[in-house]
Parts: sequence; C-alpha cells; structure tokens
Amino acid sequence: MNLHLIVEVLPLLLEGMLLTAQLTAASVAIGLLIAVPLALLRTSPSSVLSYAVLLYTFVFRGTPLLVQLFLIYYGAGQLEWIRSSAAWSILREPYWCALITFSLNNGAYTTEILRGGIRAVPSGEIEAAKALGMSYALRIRRIVLPAGFRLALPAYANEVVLMLKASSLASTITLMELTGTARKIVAQTFSPYEVFIAAALIYLGFTFLIVCLFGRLERHMTKHQQRAGLKNNSRSRIRAAAKISASQKVAP
Amino acid sequence: MTELQGFGDQIALGAFTTLRTACTSLALGIGVGLCGALAKRSRFQLIRWLADCYTTIVRGVPELLIILILYFGGTVALTTVFGRYVEVDAFAAGVFALTIVFGAYATEVFRAAIQGVPPGQIDAAQALGLSKFCLWHLVILPQMWRYALPGLGNLWLTLLKDTALISVVGLEDLMRKTSIAAGSTHDPLTFYSIAAGLYLLFTSVSLVGLTWLERRADRGVRFAQ
Repeated sequence: MNLHLIVEVLPLLLEGMLLTAQLTAASVAIGLLIAVPLALLRTSPSSVLSYAVLLYTFVFRGTPLLVQLFLIYYGAGQLEWIRSSAAWSILREPYWCALITFSLNNGAYTTEILRGGIRAVPSGEIEAAKALGMSYALRIRRIVLPAGFRLALPAYANEVVLMLKASSLASTITLMELTGTARKIVAQTFSPYEVFIAAALIYLGFTFLIVCLFGRLERHMTKHQQRAGLKNNSRSRIRAAAKISASQKVAP
Repeated sequence: MTELQGFGDQIALGAFTTLRTACTSLALGIGVGLCGALAKRSRFQLIRWLADCYTTIVRGVPELLIILILYFGGTVALTTVFGRYVEVDAFAAGVFALTIVFGAYATEVFRAAIQGVPPGQIDAAQALGLSKFCLWHLVILPQMWRYALPGLGNLWLTLLKDTALISVVGLEDLMRKTSIAAGSTHDPLTFYSIAAGLYLLFTSVSLVGLTWLERRADRGVRFAQ
C-alpha cells in the first residue's frame, strides 16, 4: 500500500467523480421523466398500451446494460438514415450514447417500480377522490402519483444506487468517469490496489450520500403518518413494501 | 449472412461460457450467502460486524470495479508471490468476483428468509430435542427456501446479466465473442442484436423455470380462497 500514491491520484479521481455524478443525476432525472407516463400507461385498463410498455421494460431489463450500450454506440452508426440525419452529431459522441442508454435503462426499471407503487395505493383513496368528483387528471396528480411515489420510494432509492454503479460501464466506451480514470491511472502506474480501492471508497461514499438523502426524503414525505403513531406506520410500510417486491418478481 | 458469416459456432461457444460462468457463480454464491446469513445471526459481535461490513461494501461498489480489482489486483499479488509475471485466469477472477457480489446480496435474502420461518417451529424443534444440525436440515432450510426463492430468482437474473461485465477483462463469453465478430465483420448492429436476443432468451427461460420452482415450493402451503 502506497499512501503517497493515493493522495497523488485523488484529485484526478475526484475529477472523474464529477462526470460520474453528472451522468448518474442526468440519467436518473430523464429516466424518471420517461417512467412516470409509462407507469401510468402500464397500470391503465387498456391492455394494448400496458403490453406495449411491458415489451419496452422486458427488453431493457432482460438484456445486459453493456449490450445496450454497445448496440447504441457501435450499432447506431451503421444505419445510413441515422448517419445522414441531424441525430448523428449526438450519437457520434460517447457521452450522449451513454446518457441515452442509461436513461432508457433506468426508465425501464423505474417504470416497473412506480407501477408497483401505483398498484399499492389503497383503492379506498382513489374511490374517495372519485366520490369527491375529481377528474382523472386531478386524481392522478393529487392522489395516485404522490401516494404511489411515496410507497415506491424505498425501491426507488435502491434503483438510484444501482444507476450510480451502472454508470461505471461508461468507461468501456472511452468516457473518463471515475472508473475510466482509475483504469487509466492503473495502466500508467500498474498499482491496481491503491487506485481501485480509492475509487471504490469514493463510490461507497457516494452510495451513503444517496441512501442518506433518500432516507431524509422518505421521512419528509411520510410526516403525516408519523403523527399517527410509529408502530402503525411501520407496519403499513412493510405491507406496501412486500406488495411492491411481489409485483417486481413477475418480470426480470 | 449464412451461418452469421462463420461466427455462429463462436457465438454458441460464448453463450455456453456465459451459462457456465453464471451457474458456477450461482452455486458458490448460494454457499457464501448461507454462510453470510449465519454470520449475521452469530452470537459474536465481531462476526456480525464483519458480515455487515462485507455486505455494505460490496453492495455499494460497482460490479465492474470489483472485477477489475480482483483481476488486476490478483495479477499483481500472484506476480509478487511467484517472482515472475503471472496473469490471473479471466474465468477464475470473474467467477470469484461474481460470487462475492452474489453472495453479498444473497446474504440479505437468506437473512430475511430465515426470519420468515415462524419462531414457534424452532422452539418446537428444540423442545423435541433435535440437534443443531437436524434443526437446520429438517426445519429451517426446507421452509426458508420458499421465502428466499423470489429474491434469489431476481439475483439470478442480475447475475446472468452481470456475466457480460467479465468480457471487459477478456473472458471469452457471449459478449466478448460478439464484440470480436462485430469488429471483424463491421456489422455491430446485427451481432449485438443477436447477443441481446440470446440474453433475452436466457432471461425468459429462467423466468419460466423460476415460476415453476416457486409453484413447487408453495405446494405444501394452503392459501385462502
């Protein structure tokens, strides 16, 4: 163990970490934007729409992220109509390819998680909203989405951590994020322990940060339940979590 | 396009390597997971603490980084030990890495599953004077299997997809064979689509198998109609 080396490479690694953070945050944000409408379609009574969304989530959750990444990065350039269109200036860049792949992948997983949350919303709440004369859009906005998101939050926090870890794959298409930077330094110095372990510690810190933030968000969002008594709250949360995890196992 | 431009055999061979890697890691990982779950329930605080550290660290670090640490780190370690350049076998390093990752997640699954076994059953077994081995072999393991199966199934699907990462350190699996074929034929779209299709096939077959296993595991349980 050469501590001196760790101190020396730390600024470089932190620079890589910035790209990792940026990729993760952007993919999670775009993934959520994709997932919210798709999760609503997935839970809609129309089976055609539901199956169409299921096809998307099945393909993206059933194949390795690495294959998806290579398919978009190497495969897209092969199509003449993409090469000649304006999209080529975006799909030529590894950064955009990684961002598009990660967003689509994250969107697929988040869709299924949100679907689990939406299905776990007590039917009485929705019936009450109907009885009050709320329109469909208002019901979705005021009742279904907030309650569903709250129920899906623990699973969603896990998904964000998985996205952080998955962003390390961007190093395979020449992006110099945290793992990519670490690999480059190892190739130059050939001291894998110091550099890779330093990178692992940075990832670990990041994971703790995400877990911590989501813990706070969850406490913030379940404030109204805490007043009703802790015991009752935790039991209903466990029930909802069991429901969501049961709905997850149906698809890959 | 006949015979995938001569790469059909290679890709089939790669798919076989992928399945072999995943199955080996699954078998070893289940063992690690069971030991981890036992360690988390240990009477000794040190062992519980070590098990907690193991699962927390492994679940917070990217799989790719773990594979890289074991592959390059292992090469350096072996080179120091033997005094000459020794390269770690990609299959061994990959299986080792995936076993560690799978074991960490499986530890949590098994721990929850053991908690799912009603404590009355364990009390009853002790009251009947069953030995510790018989208690696990006859009472706890057969029942926790049912609770562990859904979680374990999800982990298997993740494991299957994670094998693609070992291609980064040179294991000749489906992903790597596809990359080689795509590179030499300049037709990445076709070959990566074939790889995606094959992975999807493995996942679908696994899902069917898992559903069957779960139904089989539930056969002794009465559900409310």
